[in-house]
Amino acid sequence: MSLRKFISNKTIAALAVIVTAFANTSAFAQAAAASTAEKPVDMGPVYKSAIFYTMAFLLICLFIAILGKALKVYELTREAQDKPKGINWDNVNGIIFALFLIVGLYGVYWEYTVHGKMILPEAASEHGKKIDSMFNITLIITTIVFILTHIALFLFAYIYRHKGTRKAYYYPHNNTLERIWTIIPALVLTVLVLMGFLTWRSIFYKIEDPNNKPLSIEITSSQFAWAIRYPGADGVVGQKNYKLITSENALGIDFNDKKNLDDQIADEMVIPVNKPVRLILTSKDVIHSFYMPHFRVQLNTVPGMTSYFEFTPTITTEEMKAKTADPKFQYLFLCNKICGDGHYKMQKPVRVVSQQEYDEWVAEQGTYLTDDLRKAFKMPVADAAPAPAAADTVSKDTAAVTTNQTALNK
Amino acid sequence: MSTISLHDTHNHDSHDDHGHHKETFLTKYVFSQDHKMIAKQFLITGIIMAVIAMCLSILFRIQLAWPDKSFPLLETFLGKWAEGGRIKPDFYLALVTIHGTIMVFFVLTAGLSGTFSNLLIPLQLGARDMASPFLNMLSYWFFFSACVIMMSSFFIQTGPASAGWTIYPPLSALPTAISGSGLGMTLWLISMVLFVASSLMGGINYVSTILNMRTKGMDLWKMPLTIWAFFLTAVLGILSFPVLVAGVVLLIFDRSFGTSFYLSDIVMGTQVLPNEGGSPILWQHLFWFLGHPEVYIVIMPAMGLSSEIMSVNARKPIFGYHAMIYSLIGITILSFIVWGHHMFVTGMNPLLGGVFMITTLIIAVPSAVKTFNWLATLWRGNIRFTPAMLFAIGLVSFFISGGLTGIFLGNASLDINLHDTYFVVAHFHLVMGSAAIFGMLAGVYHYFPKMFGRLMSNKLGYLHFWITFACAYLVFFPLHFLGLDGVPRRYYAFTEFEFMQKWVTVNVLVTWSAIVAALAQVAFLFNFFYSIFKGKVSSQNPWEANTLEWTTPVERLHGNWPGEIPTVYRWPYDYSKPGAEQDFIPQTVPFSQTMSSNMPHDFEGNAESERIQKEWEALEATKETKLD
Repeated sequence: MSLRKFISNKTIAALAVIVTAFANTSAFAQAAAASTAEKPVDMGPVYKSAIFYTMAFLLICLFIAILGKALKVYELTREAQDKPKGINWDNVNGIIFALFLIVGLYGVYWEYTVHGKMILPEAASEHGKKIDSMFNITLIITTIVFILTHIALFLFAYIYRHKGTRKAYYYPHNNTLERIWTIIPALVLTVLVLMGFLTWRSIFYKIEDPNNKPLSIEITSSQFAWAIRYPGADGVVGQKNYKLITSENALGIDFNDKKNLDDQIADEMVIPVNKPVRLILTSKDVIHSFYMPHFRVQLNTVPGMTSYFEFTPTITTEEMKAKTADPKFQYLFLCNKICGDGHYKMQKPVRVVSQQEYDEWVAEQGTYLTDDLRKAFKMPVADAAPAPAAADTVSKDTAAVTTNQTALNK
Repeated sequence: MSTISLHDTHNHDSHDDHGHHKETFLTKYVFSQDHKMIAKQFLITGIIMAVIAMCLSILFRIQLAWPDKSFPLLETFLGKWAEGGRIKPDFYLALVTIHGTIMVFFVLTAGLSGTFSNLLIPLQLGARDMASPFLNMLSYWFFFSACVIMMSSFFIQTGPASAGWTIYPPLSALPTAISGSGLGMTLWLISMVLFVASSLMGGINYVSTILNMRTKGMDLWKMPLTIWAFFLTAVLGILSFPVLVAGVVLLIFDRSFGTSFYLSDIVMGTQVLPNEGGSPILWQHLFWFLGHPEVYIVIMPAMGLSSEIMSVNARKPIFGYHAMIYSLIGITILSFIVWGHHMFVTGMNPLLGGVFMITTLIIAVPSAVKTFNWLATLWRGNIRFTPAMLFAIGLVSFFISGGLTGIFLGNASLDINLHDTYFVVAHFHLVMGSAAIFGMLAGVYHYFPKMFGRLMSNKLGYLHFWITFACAYLVFFPLHFLGLDGVPRRYYAFTEFEFMQKWVTVNVLVTWSAIVAALAQVAFLFNFFYSIFKGKVSSQNPWEANTLEWTTPVERLHGNWPGEIPTVYRWPYDYSKPGAEQDFIPQTVPFSQTMSSNMPHDFEGNAESERIQKEWEALEATKETKLD
């Protein structure tokens, strides 16, 4: 009774809204028609207005209300005529579950094949291949379980929907069954754990091969930029100290450490293929995360803590361009830990090249210690020989040492 | 807001004979100490917070789907946070932060546990009220204050907290790092301290009520699974929430009093900060020591509710009652030693990563047992599809889908590439977001008659379920693939990266699905509030359930039962027992009245009872032979 009242009120309100809106749109239409007599009416602005969508929603609500009302009338008349109940909602819902299962399974297939093709290409690193194969094993196992359990769930819902004639089967427990479905998942998970554990160890506990020493690259994150430092000829990135950071010395390099003098700074990360790379990850301000999706490499950069990740790239950029059939393909690394409002922009390109190309490229890179920095730290600019050679000469430079000493004492 | 003047109309003078003083509007609806009223206060506050958090999610979904379009309406409502009709990056981060915080803490912890623990613990155990009604009232008002303080951060100049719901320092500790870490973060922290106080008061109350106030005959192994779930949830909360407070207090010290618990070696621009010796990782350990149990605090009550609802509506005992309880206990214990799986790639010692991977994957075993038991409960049932039942089945589906992707993320090696991508977003929105919300909605539909004495409309419930169920999958299933493509979460726009552009169209689909799902909630909200006043009046036991709450009168008295509290004789799941007249036998029916349906294991080895049963059966047999 009150429902009817409500609906009629609502109907009137909705009708009023529709009429007003219709008047408005027709006014629009008239205006448009007046200006461009033959052009069809431009509905673009209408589709962009919030009122259009609000009205559409209200219309749907109205439609549902009318439908509900009609169902109610139908059921009441059935009842009045002493006929069996109008709609068997248990059947309706059971059937929707069965349909949902079919559509859902197709949807999963569609997702796996269409969106599944849009994901990252094969891993471009040695350990990444192990990760990928483990991912595939896990994917196969979980997909099977996912499909089977959902078939069971929705089919049971369909098959065992309520019927007046049937009584449910009193089946409170079955120890054998329960043991089976405790032990089988436990065994499967044990296998997965073991694989994961061994892979994890092989990634983080590397035995160094003296013939193939890793290339150290230091990454420093800050809001919202990355700095890449190469070790130079000595193969070691020198010490730095956050207390030495100034606008000239943005990384806080400690020039007391002569290993710093040949260090190079780069705008992109270029790495030779098939040579291990040891990343030294540091942060200047907040936590960031160094993430190279194509290489399956990720580790947070944490202020006050240095972390390390070693990996070996196996596919050059050119090869990957061919594999993905994408001439614009580019490796990159990006920030994957919320770090502020510029978080979504933090990235640097990565290029994997042959050893020869790498050697050529690295020779062209400037040292961190520029003439400006030398001036600022009162180091002799004159004998600024090519950085690698400068390594031992400058170490005698007491001026530089004292400068740094005073800077440290500050 | 939740003064609940929308309550029923029962005559409150009627139970003066119980020795209660006369209630005023204030003591009845506002500072009520009646557990049922407090449950309703929690529920309605929770629903309001859920609607707010849902609207926030729609806002940031709009930004993700149409990153370069301008929506002048947004500027009308949000002012400087959406200048030119586009949400700003820092406000975007505030939106995701507050959405997460509200959903996890205010809706799925307080809204879920607060509502159903308060409502069901005394009713299903046969108690007149909670152990401490006053503490219970305080618990609600602390929660309410926490909500108000959290929401107030939208009305300050620097905006709400925006460091993500996990508020990792140093980002959350330094106002110079992000504007939301100013006053907004202070309000967040204060709100959280109040919230934890609220949930501790609640938790202590739940545990003491369950342990001390069960009615005669209600031993622990006769308790419904809901109560077991609430009990273990409360234990989890009591043990883990204090750790969060410790973490929060240290963060407050770092922010306001210049200490260095979480800060060290930090340079903002070129300004070297004086903090030394702290570690940002410490916060993560403290946070996730709560944070991981928290996801079980969220899901376990939902599991308990759906176990109960599935048993009632499948007209079948829950399969493996003991296994269900042991797996809940297993989850409870294990959930304390898995927090490190959130930190595999923080640079934490890799050895720890290996250990946490093992414990994490073990926790999948009790979860699997629960799933299979639910399936076995449905098998050969006689399933009545009430809206509550639909939502319970929905929970099982989401729990399977989201749980399976947990096996990927729990594996430290796979987590390297999946950590903090959309894969994680998809995973936890299915397993803890959607599943827990569905459990909560199932509870609302099922226990609505107990709360308001009326029934909700079934048809609107069906509409609500099917749209929400389909749309939740449309929203979260595609997001897995974004994660597999290495798209990070919490990105304001995908415009800066070439490889992410192809996902913008998927984002449009996801956003439209989210909008449709959000609109479907209007069907629920209308149904809920309309039915409070105008719904069909419920009978005493509308679902023909066994548990004690349905033996109380529809009028919902203060003190629950008008006369003596009923005694319990049997477990709560005697549905469709062979030999019984009806397909349910309430817990209050003694075995002496159901001689024809008793089974040997019902007597738990009580020799006297077994002897009586045998004598009766012999007698029946002779009767039958005589008749022949």
